[in-house]
Amino acid sequence: MVTSKHSVASRVWVRYSRRERWTRWLIMLLVCAVLVWAVRDVDIFWPWVWDAPVQIHSLAERMWPPDLRRLEEIVGAMVETVHIATLATFLTIFLALPISWISAQNTTPNRACLWLGRFILVASRSVNTIIWALLFVAIFGPGVLAGILAITFRSIGFVGKLMGEAIEEIDRKPVEAMEATGASRACVVLYAIVPQVMPAFFAVIILRWDINIRESTVLGLVGAGGIGVILQGAIDTFAWPTVATILCAIVLLVLAGEAVTSVLRRRVL
Amino acid sequence: MSATPVTRQWRKPHFIASPWLRWGLILGTVFYLGWALATLPFDWSRISEGIPRAARIFGGGFPPSFERYELLFSGFKESFQIALLATLLGVLLSIPFAVMAARNIAPRPIYLLGRSVIIVSRSFHPVIVAILFVKAVGFGPLAGILTLTLYSIGFVGKLLAEEIEEIDWGQVEAMRAAGASYLSTLIFAVFPQILPRQIGLSMYQLDSNLRASAVVGIVGAGGIGSTLMNAFGRYDYDFAFAILLVIIAVILVSEGISGWVRKRVW
Repeated sequence: MVTSKHSVASRVWVRYSRRERWTRWLIMLLVCAVLVWAVRDVDIFWPWVWDAPVQIHSLAERMWPPDLRRLEEIVGAMVETVHIATLATFLTIFLALPISWISAQNTTPNRACLWLGRFILVASRSVNTIIWALLFVAIFGPGVLAGILAITFRSIGFVGKLMGEAIEEIDRKPVEAMEATGASRACVVLYAIVPQVMPAFFAVIILRWDINIRESTVLGLVGAGGIGVILQGAIDTFAWPTVATILCAIVLLVLAGEAVTSVLRRRVL
Repeated sequence: MSATPVTRQWRKPHFIASPWLRWGLILGTVFYLGWALATLPFDWSRISEGIPRAARIFGGGFPPSFERYELLFSGFKESFQIALLATLLGVLLSIPFAVMAARNIAPRPIYLLGRSVIIVSRSFHPVIVAILFVKAVGFGPLAGILTLTLYSIGFVGKLLAEEIEEIDWGQVEAMRAAGASYLSTLIFAVFPQILPRQIGLSMYQLDSNLRASAVVGIVGAGGIGSTLMNAFGRYDYDFAFAILLVIIAVILVSEGISGWVRKRVW
């Protein structure tokens, strides 16, 4: 009896088994090695690093106080930015829905369509808005159309993926019930599938609109319209107080966008 | 007594029940679209030249040329290094900001300060931040690292702060009852609860920084974006398309890896 008590007392609780411990050490070692390699190999001029806080502080000082003289122009460009985001979101609806349709496993007509849809979604999401904008500016020239198309092509992947997932997650029963009554394919879609994905659809579109507002603030940097055009101009001419005004305006716009989306979400959903 | 049989027709209920709101929304959308299209400056003559130009660009882009693979490789290596270092810095720095921005463990003035840092760093697109850092610290990967660090602080900080606000309060109370200091309460009662989430977020952020590091280069902050911008600037479309293809491939692979790791860790 004494011995059994002793054997229990001598047992020490360990959180990880030996193998887990070794794997953890190995992973940590690997991460450290990669980090050391990155720090040593990256092309950084170290004196600039130590100088960075001073430089950033001096830049901030040059920006103060914000210059409000070009406010009217800035507000105009802000409205243009919102237009780009909204029109692009609207356009996305028409392009993304058919693609989400063919890239959902339960609604796709065949395997070739499924993979085509998935490829479009992945390609759209992998290429950043700015890169899309670069491409469309090269094609259609600088201006808002390039911006709208860039935002649209980037949004297709996002909206299409989430909508495709929503379609895949629908309840099969209404569909089966409709099919059992001999309803046509169009009726099944309209009465059994669409009502189920409607809330997800609005949620995704509202979310994407919010993201698009942020994205459309930078389009102008490659010449695709919106507030970025003025921002780029102000930076190029070292008009730092104007830059500060634009930055404040962007923060206000993004906050306003968030407020609008939260109201919409509560109202519509 | 010729009672006409009552024919009741079932109609699908509308998604928005109130007809006023429904028609208001539709009319509002139509008016908005008209207004926006009327006010936006479209340069139609320039746009109509677009189709032949697109044909030329895509014609010049195919087949993609992998001739200068060394440039491609060094660009990606730099992007990867930027993403890695920015993720490390951002994830480490996001912890104090998340603690500051969690309503339940930070005093009110600190909470407001932490929240505003997170809101501001989330409002700006990384490209805008990158331009400012390029102006402040010069061209090259340093500006990219600083940009993505700030970007990571905003994103990870926000989600982590929400996670801290939702922790199990019992452990904190137990620590406080034992008379533990603020710091040891954080280390022993708060951090163990958020650590798994933080690892998952770090993986996600690494993935996201890798994507973003491709664009900060466009404004001169190092990485593959700089290479891509140069290729575009010199009308070197076949090399640009090669870079785009590799970007898509790398993002697919990194998405796969980070998904697999998160599934195992989370």
